[in-house]
Amino acid sequence: MDDLLREYLPILIFLGMAVALGLVLILAALVLAVRNPDPEKVSAFECGFNAFDDARMKFDVRFYLVSILFIIFDLEIAFLFPWAVSFGTLTTVGFWSMMVFLGVLTIGFAYEWKKGALEWE
Amino acid sequence: MTVADLAFYFFAIVAVVAALLVVVARNPVHSVLWLILTFLSAAGMFVLMGAEFVAMLLVIVYVGAVAVLFLFVVMMLDVDFAELRAGMAKYVPIAGLIGVVILMQLTMVFGSWHMADGAEAARAAVTPDAAEVHNTKALGQLIYDQYIYLFQAAGLILLVAMIGAIVLTLRHRTYVKRQDVLAQMYRDPASALELKDIKPGQGL
Repeated sequence: MDDLLREYLPILIFLGMAVALGLVLILAALVLAVRNPDPEKVSAFECGFNAFDDARMKFDVRFYLVSILFIIFDLEIAFLFPWAVSFGTLTTVGFWSMMVFLGVLTIGFAYEWKKGALEWE
Repeated sequence: MTVADLAFYFFAIVAVVAALLVVVARNPVHSVLWLILTFLSAAGMFVLMGAEFVAMLLVIVYVGAVAVLFLFVVMMLDVDFAELRAGMAKYVPIAGLIGVVILMQLTMVFGSWHMADGAEAARAAVTPDAAEVHNTKALGQLIYDQYIYLFQAAGLILLVAMIGAIVLTLRHRTYVKRQDVLAQMYRDPASALELKDIKPGQGL
């Protein structure tokens, strides 16, 4: 347990340095930078003409489909990791249960390929 | 106080503060960013408990994927900030009511929580000894064999999610010309062009 945590110590130090550096950069900008805003400087500027409308608009639903398919295959890979790590000590049942799992998801993959969900246009 | 204790308090405080800011932040996009910070510090606490695999899973699946999905949902909702703020006062009473109900339910659950006599031993019996095998391997020895039905159910749920997402959101545009690779490859000169021998001065 302690050995495991000791292996993670460099990551913790790295995390601390990253947070500290980020804070220093933000605070330095607050303290050192020259700021004298006026209405023309802070107004939205879009290549010489006034902004047409809000930058926030509805996305196409296809982005959602792509990201949810990514999450599903992400989870499938996540299930593969412990299986691969304990491969040497797995029982036959354990091996074939993963094969069935992959088979089920391959059915889904074939379905989405056939449906054309992987094509953009 | 050891470094592990300090790290625990750091992650715990960051998690609680970030979780609070998820609720308090006015801008939904900022809420999602605070949610990512909450997930990350929860992953740090999992590492401190020795559950490395779960921690990495939290980072990969939740931070990488679910947060992206949340951002998409936020973007798709077409958030109108003025309208959001106007509705706030109207929903405070019912939100408070729901909060009180949840608080009461949690108190009831934790007030009457006690372990069965054999529970600890029964749980320890299936788990490999943590000192001998490291946790990812222990997990691998358990879920594919001992918990095979739950594992297969997880596979079926993923299949249903995949098919459901496709059925609900996939709309083919009829006016778009698609590339058909097989049709392109099976096309040969005989079916595609015709050669005509034209005599001079005649025309077709």
